[in-house]
Amino acid sequence: MQIPVETVWRWLSEVPDPEIPVLSLPDLGVIRDVRWDQDTLVVTVTQTYSGCPATSVINLDIETKLRSEGISKLRLEQKLSPAWTTDWLSAEGREKLRQYGIAPPAEENGADTANAKRANRLLAPRAVPVDCPRCGSSNTERISQFGSTPCKAAYRCKACLEPFDYFKCH
Amino acid sequence: MQNDPIARDYLFEWLLRRGDSALIMGHRMSEWCGHAPVLEEDIALANIALDLIGQARLWLSYAGAVEGRGRGEDDLAFLRDAWDFRNLLLAEQPNGDFGKTLMRHFLYDAHQVLLLEKLLSSRDERICEISEKTLKEVRYHAERSADLVVRLGDGTQESHQRMQAALESLWPYTSEFFETDETDRAMAEAGLAVLPETLKEDWSEMVGSVLDAATLIVPKTGFARTGGTTGRHSEHLGHLLADMQFLQRAYPGAAW
Repeated sequence: MQIPVETVWRWLSEVPDPEIPVLSLPDLGVIRDVRWDQDTLVVTVTQTYSGCPATSVINLDIETKLRSEGISKLRLEQKLSPAWTTDWLSAEGREKLRQYGIAPPAEENGADTANAKRANRLLAPRAVPVDCPRCGSSNTERISQFGSTPCKAAYRCKACLEPFDYFKCH
Repeated sequence: MQNDPIARDYLFEWLLRRGDSALIMGHRMSEWCGHAPVLEEDIALANIALDLIGQARLWLSYAGAVEGRGRGEDDLAFLRDAWDFRNLLLAEQPNGDFGKTLMRHFLYDAHQVLLLEKLLSSRDERICEISEKTLKEVRYHAERSADLVVRLGDGTQESHQRMQAALESLWPYTSEFFETDETDRAMAEAGLAVLPETLKEDWSEMVGSVLDAATLIVPKTGFARTGGTTGRHSEHLGHLLADMQFLQRAYPGAAW
């Protein structure tokens, strides 16, 4: 008997991202599809960054979860295109990030457009207003383009003086 | 292209050039781990190394599939010797000081951005996909390396002088970006890639504007060092591989 894909999505929403455990894998936008190919369950996964060390753990966690729910025939497919973007973070995911102390990606005009604009003007990187996830102030500054993982940058709040991670647009 | 043996050889060779340059650049960046001048830079260089090594995996696993002899990305990375590597000579140059590493990274990034943008319209679907994925990362790297080249070039007298010296020592290696050979021509004719020489004008303009802002002088020398993409390397690659491949050489087939 085939389990409805909605049930599979619900199971997957119980699998946390290994680096940022407040986010589930569907929140992060890395599960691209769930479908049945006859008696085999096929889950299509994309990676965030090419070098993200969590990629293999994510795949392992998906497999472990689904097997523990009784799925015996399972295939994980990797998909590169369209390339993962922070635009796929769920609204709920953004809010969870903020509460966890990580500023979510700035929403104005989408990551892809911003990315293309930046490249054309190497010397005039746009100033993204990033709000402090602790006190909400927009009086913040970037300390470094990279934070504790490839998907984050390091910021500091000039109002409450706390440093914080920013989940950068990608 | 994959069904015709000669064309397949060209594609394999071309993919090795992409993957090997990313791998060797990534390894060089990883050498900074624990040694960078400040903590933020240490983290940034390690993250960039991860990106580059991840990109190398994408290109090399495709190369292995195209070759059709059952070699995966790990076999290609760890079980070949220097003469089989097809990376740019620029990538294997020793790191030198922090400024020189940044300069090398910037010269490479600017070229990568322009190349990958063109590859988005390759007739090979996998090349398009890998380019789309990696371009996003490379653009971010380019923004960062350009910014730091300007800060250091237009910084103190000491940092300016070091950046100018870095530029002069690395400049001869940039000619290799635009060298066009039989492999490149076959790839371009098949609509899979662009002729490297066609990127030169845009690259010169992009790099020139950043170096200008950095108050650095573009070297006038016409002297060029090339050969890496056809397997003729500097002595530095052997030393790098001895380090990078140590585990697989000492314990063949080791896995975890």
